[in-house]
Amino acid sequence: MNARELTKDEYFFGHKACAGCGGALAVRIAMKVLGKNAYAALPAGCMSAVGFNFPQLCFANNAIISTFAGTASMLTGIEAGLRAQGATDFTAVGFAGDGGTADIGIQALSGAIDRGDDILYICYDNEAYMNTGVQKSGLSPFGAKTTTTPAGERIRGNIRPKKRMFEIAAAHGIAYAATASVGYLNDYMDKIAKAKTIRGTKYIHVIAPCPVGWGTRTDETIELARDIADTGLWPLAEYENGVFRLTKRAREPFADPQNYFKKQSRFRHLTAGDIAAITADRDLNWEKIKKEYEGS
Amino acid sequence: MIIKPTLRDRPGAWALSDYPEGTYWEAGYLTQKNAGWRSERPVIDKEKCTGCLQCYLYCPDGTIDSDLNIDCDFCKGCGICAKICRVSAIRMEGETR
Repeated sequence: MNARELTKDEYFFGHKACAGCGGALAVRIAMKVLGKNAYAALPAGCMSAVGFNFPQLCFANNAIISTFAGTASMLTGIEAGLRAQGATDFTAVGFAGDGGTADIGIQALSGAIDRGDDILYICYDNEAYMNTGVQKSGLSPFGAKTTTTPAGERIRGNIRPKKRMFEIAAAHGIAYAATASVGYLNDYMDKIAKAKTIRGTKYIHVIAPCPVGWGTRTDETIELARDIADTGLWPLAEYENGVFRLTKRAREPFADPQNYFKKQSRFRHLTAGDIAAITADRDLNWEKIKKEYEGS
Repeated sequence: MIIKPTLRDRPGAWALSDYPEGTYWEAGYLTQKNAGWRSERPVIDKEKCTGCLQCYLYCPDGTIDSDLNIDCDFCKGCGICAKICRVSAIRMEGETR
């Protein structure tokens, strides 16, 4: 899909997200693809905090705040309720952050995938609990400085790798799963449009840079979201019918991760050795991808 | 008519009876602008513009419509549009009082 194919309708507008917010862009674009018959559930997180400041209510469609842990289970209920009322043309869509997905909401998500409920779950990943003041989440990358993983001399930021949520969702034997980035919206829109037509559980994991938490300028959001894909650190892929596939393959040789890291204050403390270790990890991951996704 | 949250006239003080009994309310109900957040505003040079619509697509706030009108009531001045523009047709201009 491209910009010309999108509706002029704006379903997420007037919200209080920080200037340059990647998460707000992910929600806005997803809603433009899904249209007015999308019923949205949002747990605690940035997008519910900025979208529902009574009486400033920024969704033009039906939208509700779920419990933090219960995004997927509320979607299950919304879908069942609408079906019971005889509705046929609708999407039950959830927008949860990285913490609400990989930490707090993972059990409800796992249950919904297991049941095969006909829902679309979108995780907008800004790589920490940004809404509450940049605490580490299960999707914070290795080395990232957050308020709970400060960068010191001995321990330099987050010591744990990012949870592989896309593979975790796929490992359930989910109907459809995909990774995306707000830097490449045409690819993201294709995935949303595809997910809309598939019956069963759909999981889309979209990287959404956060100027506040990442320590970047507000106008750098898109280029960072492109860099993370171009460096090979975040492969854009999908999983369908048991098969993994790259959708927008990063060109090799990949862009140097050094430039991506240097732009962000959360990574400024990383040593050359740290960056080399992250790069080696990326290369190992790509060996696996080439073998498993592309059979080479 | 396009579907979009719209700004309403909010009566000054709300009486208790104006509030909903439960946690529900009309969708797309706006009472505040976001313009005050901005220190710079985007200006489109229509001569240079090729109409590729990347600024419309990538705006996190949806403040540039597909006819390239900028809604300055809701633009936060993040500058993404100016940066995404391939032909540098958008420049950020300082807000002055």
